[in-house]
Amino acid sequence: MRNFATLTRMRIQLTLRNKMFLFFSVIMPFGFFFLYSGVFAKGQPEVVRFFLGPVVSLTVMGSFWGLSAALVMFREQGILRRFHVTPVTPSDMLASSIVANYVLALPTVLIEFFFARTVFHVTNFGDLLATFVLVSVGTVSFASLGLVVASVTNTMQETQVINQLLWLPLIFLSGATFPLAFLPKIVQNVSLFLPATYLVQGLRRAIFESAPIWDRNVLISLGSLVCWAALTFFLSAQLFRWEPEVKVRRNAKLLVVATAIPFLLLGLWENKFGNIPAQAQSAFDSLNGPQKSAPPPADSPK
Amino acid sequence: MADSILQVENLVKSYGDVQAVRGVSFSVDEGEVFGLLGPNGAGKTSTVEILEGLRDLDSGRVSVCGLDPQRESQALKHEIGAALQSTSLPDKLRVMEALRLFSSFYKRRRNPEELLKRFGLEEKRNTFYSQLSGGQKQRLALAMALVNDPKVLFFDEPTAGLDPQVRREIYDIIEELKREKKTIVMTTHYIEEAERLCDRVAIVDHGKVVALGTPRELKTRSGGTTRIEVRLAKPEAGGALKNLEGVADARELDGAYVIHSHRPPKTIVDLVKHLEAGGNELISLEIASPSLEDVFIEMTGRRLRD
Repeated sequence: MRNFATLTRMRIQLTLRNKMFLFFSVIMPFGFFFLYSGVFAKGQPEVVRFFLGPVVSLTVMGSFWGLSAALVMFREQGILRRFHVTPVTPSDMLASSIVANYVLALPTVLIEFFFARTVFHVTNFGDLLATFVLVSVGTVSFASLGLVVASVTNTMQETQVINQLLWLPLIFLSGATFPLAFLPKIVQNVSLFLPATYLVQGLRRAIFESAPIWDRNVLISLGSLVCWAALTFFLSAQLFRWEPEVKVRRNAKLLVVATAIPFLLLGLWENKFGNIPAQAQSAFDSLNGPQKSAPPPADSPK
Repeated sequence: MADSILQVENLVKSYGDVQAVRGVSFSVDEGEVFGLLGPNGAGKTSTVEILEGLRDLDSGRVSVCGLDPQRESQALKHEIGAALQSTSLPDKLRVMEALRLFSSFYKRRRNPEELLKRFGLEEKRNTFYSQLSGGQKQRLALAMALVNDPKVLFFDEPTAGLDPQVRREIYDIIEELKREKKTIVMTTHYIEEAERLCDRVAIVDHGKVVALGTPRELKTRSGGTTRIEVRLAKPEAGGALKNLEGVADARELDGAYVIHSHRPPKTIVDLVKHLEAGGNELISLEIASPSLEDVFIEMTGRRLRD
C-alpha cells in the first residue's frame, strides 16, 4: 500500500513537469470546451449545458492516450526494469498510474464547469452526484484501457497507431463530437457497442436531463464502465511486462478482444430493448424545438 | 561452504534456441566480492538476473540468502540491492527524489542523506536525472542499490561505457564496500576490474564456467610461466614455436604469437636462432608476467576484448 502511495506521488510530480501533459491535459480539453461552447453553442447557456457532456467526455477519454504512452516509454527506456528489482508489484505500478491520472484529470473537469458557469452563465448543471460518479468511473475505465494498450504493444510506434485507431471511432461514433441524434440510424446502432457512447450519453443524461444516479440509463452507463474497468485492469496486470526485450505473446493480443465482450452483449441488448438513441433525440429536439416555434421557455435561464 | 550466502548449481537457461547458460555452478561466501568475468554474451547477465529473481531458470538450483529467487522473489527483493545494466530513471526525477522513492519500497532502510553524501552527490541533490553525467548516473545507481542496506549486492557491468577516470571512481566505491564486508556479485568483461576488486573470479564463456578461483590461483594455474608475445615478419607454423626450449604453450592470436615459457631467457635465444634459420625476422617482443587475460586466452583461445 505504501509503495502504491509513493509511486502515485512520483507519477503526479513527473506528469506536472512534463510539457506534453500541459498540452494534452490542459490546452486541448479547454480548446474543445471553447470550440463547443463558443462556436457550436454560440454561447447560449442551455446549449452550452447540452455540450458539456461531450466536452467532459473528451477530457475523460483522453486519459488512455497519455497513460499508454507513458507506460510504454517507461518500459522502452528500461525504467520499469529498475523497479523490477524492488518489491514493487505490477498492481502497484498500474494502480498508481490510474490514480495519478485521476488526480490530474479531475481539476481539468472542474475548471470546465467553472468556465461554463462564469463565462457562459450556465446555472443548472443537472445532477451533480451522478455527474461526479460518471466522471470518476469514466476516468478510471479509460485509464485502464490505456494500460491494456501499453501491455499489448511492443514499441511506441505501435502504441500510437493503436491509440489513433481507438480514438477516432470513440470520439466520432459516440456522440462526443456530433450529437448522437445527428448520426444516421445505422451508426447509432453501431455506437451502442462502444464504451464511449455509454460515457457520453450517461453524462448527457445526468447534466442535461438532470437524471439521478438510479436512472436506468445512468445505471447502465455506470455498471458497464465499472465492469469494463475491472476487466481491463485485471488483463493489463496479467500481461504486464517489466523488460523491454520481453515481447507480448501472440495469443495475448486475442485476450484483448475479451475486454470487448461486455459491450458486445450490452450493445445487442440495448439495440433490441434500449432507448438511448431515442432519449438522445428528444434531448436534441428540446434544444431546437422551442426556439423555432416560440420564444425561449419560461424556465430557461435568461 | 557453511557460510555461503549464495549457491548456484547446474544452472541452465535458454532463450528459444539459444542456450545462454549451460550448467553454471558456484557459491559465494558472506563478505566476499565474487566476479563473473567473460565476454559479452557469455551468459553473465542471465545468470545474475536469475539470482535477482528477474528471470525464471530452466533447470538447476539457486539459492540467495536462503531464498529461492523464483518462488520467493518478493521476500528476496527486500534482501538484495542491484545496479542493473541498461536501466534508466525518468528524466525529470531529481536525485534526492529517486533515493527517497526507492528507499520507501523497503522494510529496512538506510538514510538517503547519508548515501547522498557518501556517493558525492550532495551538490546534485536537486538535479534532474537527465542532466547527470554518465559517472554521476552510475554513482546514483550504486547509491540506489544500497537504500535497503542489502545483504547481497549485484553489480552488472558497473563500469561499462565509462571513461577511465570515472571507472577508477567506481572502483574506489566498490573497494570501500568491500572493506565494509559487503557481499557483492559483479559481472565484468574488464580484466583489470576483476583482478583489482574480486576476491574470487569465475571465468565464464559460452554459458559455462571455464575456471574458478582467486585471481592469484588462476594466474598460477597458467603454470607459473612467463608470457612472451612476439610479432614476426612472416607467419610461422604454430607447432614449430611449441618445440622451442622451455616453452609450455604457444599459440597464434590476432596476428601475434603468445608463448608461455618456464625459462624465458633460453626460449628467447632459441626463438631468435630458429627464426634466423628459417629466414624470418622478429618485429616486436614483449615480456610480461601472466595476467588473468592469459588465463582467459588459455581457456578459450580468444582475447577478452569486445
